[in-house]
Amino acid sequence: MQLTLWTYEGPPHVGAMRIAMAMEGVHYVLHAPQGDTYADLLFTMIERSKKRPPVTYTTFQARDLGGDTAELFKNAAREAYDRFKPDALLVGASCTAELIQDDPGGLARALNLPVPVVAVELPAYQKKENWGAAETFYQLVRAFAGPHVPPPGTQRNSGARPRCNILGPCALSFRNRDDLREVTGLLASLGIDINVVAPLGARPADLARLGDADFNVVLYPEIAGQAASWLARSFGQKSTRIVPIGFGATRDFIAEVAGLAGIDPATADAACNLPWYSRSVDSTYLTNKRVFIFGDATHVIAAARVASEEMGFAVVGLGTYSREFAREVRDAAKRYGVEALITDDYLEVEEKIAELRPELVLGTQMERHIAKRLGIGCAVISAPIHVQDFPARYSPQMGFEGANVLFDTWVHPLMMGLEEHLITMFREDFEFSASAAPSHLGLHAPRPLPKELVEAATPPAAGATVWAGDAEKELGKIPFFVRGKVRRNTEKFATERGVSTITLDTLYDAKAHYAR
Amino acid sequence: MSASVAQIGGGCADAPVLRERGQREVFCGLTGIIWLHRKIQDAFFLVVGSRTCAHLIQSAAGVMIFAEPRFATAIIDERDLAGLSDANDELDRVVAKLLARRPDIKLLFLVGSCPSEVIKLDLSRAAQRLSQVHMPQVRVLNYSGSGIETTFTQGEDACLAALVPIMPRSPAPAGKSLLVVGALAEVVEDQFSRLFAAMGIEDVAYMPPRKSVDLPAVGPGTRYLLAQPFLAETARALEARGAVRLPAPFPLGAEGTQAWLQAAAREWGIGKDRFDAAVAPARARAEGALGKFRNELGGKKIFFFPDSQLELPLARFVARELGMNVLEAGTPYLHRQHLAEELAWLPAGTRLSEGQDVERQLDRCRAEKPDLVVCGLGLANPLEAEGISTKWSIELLFTPIQGFNQAADLAELFARPLVRRMKLAV
Repeated sequence: MQLTLWTYEGPPHVGAMRIAMAMEGVHYVLHAPQGDTYADLLFTMIERSKKRPPVTYTTFQARDLGGDTAELFKNAAREAYDRFKPDALLVGASCTAELIQDDPGGLARALNLPVPVVAVELPAYQKKENWGAAETFYQLVRAFAGPHVPPPGTQRNSGARPRCNILGPCALSFRNRDDLREVTGLLASLGIDINVVAPLGARPADLARLGDADFNVVLYPEIAGQAASWLARSFGQKSTRIVPIGFGATRDFIAEVAGLAGIDPATADAACNLPWYSRSVDSTYLTNKRVFIFGDATHVIAAARVASEEMGFAVVGLGTYSREFAREVRDAAKRYGVEALITDDYLEVEEKIAELRPELVLGTQMERHIAKRLGIGCAVISAPIHVQDFPARYSPQMGFEGANVLFDTWVHPLMMGLEEHLITMFREDFEFSASAAPSHLGLHAPRPLPKELVEAATPPAAGATVWAGDAEKELGKIPFFVRGKVRRNTEKFATERGVSTITLDTLYDAKAHYAR
Repeated sequence: MSASVAQIGGGCADAPVLRERGQREVFCGLTGIIWLHRKIQDAFFLVVGSRTCAHLIQSAAGVMIFAEPRFATAIIDERDLAGLSDANDELDRVVAKLLARRPDIKLLFLVGSCPSEVIKLDLSRAAQRLSQVHMPQVRVLNYSGSGIETTFTQGEDACLAALVPIMPRSPAPAGKSLLVVGALAEVVEDQFSRLFAAMGIEDVAYMPPRKSVDLPAVGPGTRYLLAQPFLAETARALEARGAVRLPAPFPLGAEGTQAWLQAAAREWGIGKDRFDAAVAPARARAEGALGKFRNELGGKKIFFFPDSQLELPLARFVARELGMNVLEAGTPYLHRQHLAEELAWLPAGTRLSEGQDVERQLDRCRAEKPDLVVCGLGLANPLEAEGISTKWSIELLFTPIQGFNQAADLAELFARPLVRRMKLAV
């Protein structure tokens, strides 16, 4: 049993719903108890979808458990087919239905419906949402593209123009709508045709055509990685490895795609404001801003590179809730000399942020809450998805325009250079009091650190080091988000040197010591 | 408009009810935790369930709540199912961890879910065991909010019913006391207390209390008024302890509120003059404020999807006090006894439905082209996109709507979607 306050991912059947919702002509019959229909609102409220998810729930109740839940499932599947006439029926069970073991796949096939039935088994007590999405997409791809796999050794006919599939864009995913438009434009500018985009907007018949492409562009390995490796094995299609988030990654992506397509990458238009904005002198204050990054693997790995190479931040910590991609995230963390935090425990992430005291958090909506509590600026870079992650305006994360968006959204929560100087110089101005908010945070003023977190992050120093009154007062002039760290460092400095009373001089000696 | 409780037998008392079984587009009882954990300030709700349960609660509120919630989920994993770990040991460990983190908690509810019910995890024994460990600092109770047993607001019913056995016994030869049952906004409780005091009823308590340590006493002298229509189990438990229900419509709208208060006045033998003096100003204010909305909403067609069991009282309010035309009043469960006064007041011919087959209900709804649909969050935007105005039913649980001073606020909730549609030119 795991104690959970907030979850980063839903159960795996929600992942399956995301695939069904993204596609056209697929209807999902889900064996599930009453109440599981809550998942509809994820799409209708968070994504503001104009249509209900194509999902029929059996919504069984206690009285049905004594009777025939299998019959209930068969009726639901039959009625769903009659009403919605999908091209294919996806069937499965949610967590509770998994326990009653009714075999939705077998039951649905026994109905002899005139459309293909694809059954997905998603172990709800082991796996989570993104895994469920990846598994469902893979099962659908295999079911529909499988019959078209050529015999081993077959050579591909290379067409006149290079052609690719774009795999991964999905429903209820972070900025996928705009990423897809950006990447589609990028590929078009390179002269590469797009065969199929899936799952977003694809019908089962489109999945059957996946083999008619030279290679696959995998935008979100969390969703499409498994399907792409099956396509590689079955059709000999190579996949892209680079996710084009950030200026450098977009350029690398172009080079990679050009290599796969056998074309000249120079044709791509590299107009992007990020490189110059970052070199502009007003950005100097961004140098080595301490940033903590958390989210799904794809966005975290990409964000760390952008933060370090393109914004000039110092990555002081990073992590992911995507356990399936722990290895990749650990490798990325090594590049910045930090240990990756692999967890889906929100409390652990909160503790880490409190301990590291970054100046900026790049995270999910959960970290936005944490950062708000701790009074730290935050930009959201990843799902779990929130209504604010579907902006009305065009706002991709990928490609050159995506890099521009990242620059703007990450710089915005930070204190501007001159404001920072003024606050440091005139700390005693009544509006600059220790608890006053940076002006850009407006009404979302940071509150003082919750007591338990302060205590957790600043354990009393060993020995009997005490603070002299004037030194304690001086400490109060230091911005509160670094005050805990300064206190700790000074106490450590004093203890190491056997200083029992911390004076003003000790404080500044310690400052000089740690500045080196 | 008559202020007296109508005779049983009029309106929809004997009306046929369309009973359907199919896909139910409703929340499970766990959803009640969203308001209960704010209502009882020293209680914590620990759902023993799956990742789905945790995901439901955080999604159902529509937004995440910024303060650290007083609810959490102990997520059952494959080790618990495979018997590799003892689920009870695991639960003890999780509870100890939780209580160490939240020393302010005085009452812990172990909340059963679909998976915990299906694997037959005995949470009542677990609650007894954990109570022995953590008393007197923390009392541990249990109830089920599972979807297989409860629909949405029935979770509150199950929670309150679990509290009844630990309510103190009222001293033996005590006089009559009034208990108002069902979670209400604090502002509404305070208004009711003032009205009862003006009528001359001083001994009034509310259930659930704001703090679990302030549970009201109960006994044969207790007369209780239901403030919510979904409290069947709680009512049964209270009656087992000697309390007597005062039959009344629910305190929605000016008329409903007056009849609800009057049920207490009658029991206490309060004369007409005193009662009128106590309630007339507030009632007049409510009726005055409703006038504007009668103009906006009168004659408009409204369709209620089943959700919270508030549907019938709400349908009665919009029909009688706002002049709306109720096409269908759907409810997940129809409690004839508790709703007898409401049924009598509903205009004859109102179509009543119990249970749900959401697809068929949507067919009926589209065919009748209502001006306003009251429905859950899963249906609202798709209906809006079809050109049908909607009101989210969950908002009716999160907003103070009971009592005289809230009657116009309640009307406004129905008017706003229509006003908005008129106003927008995009």
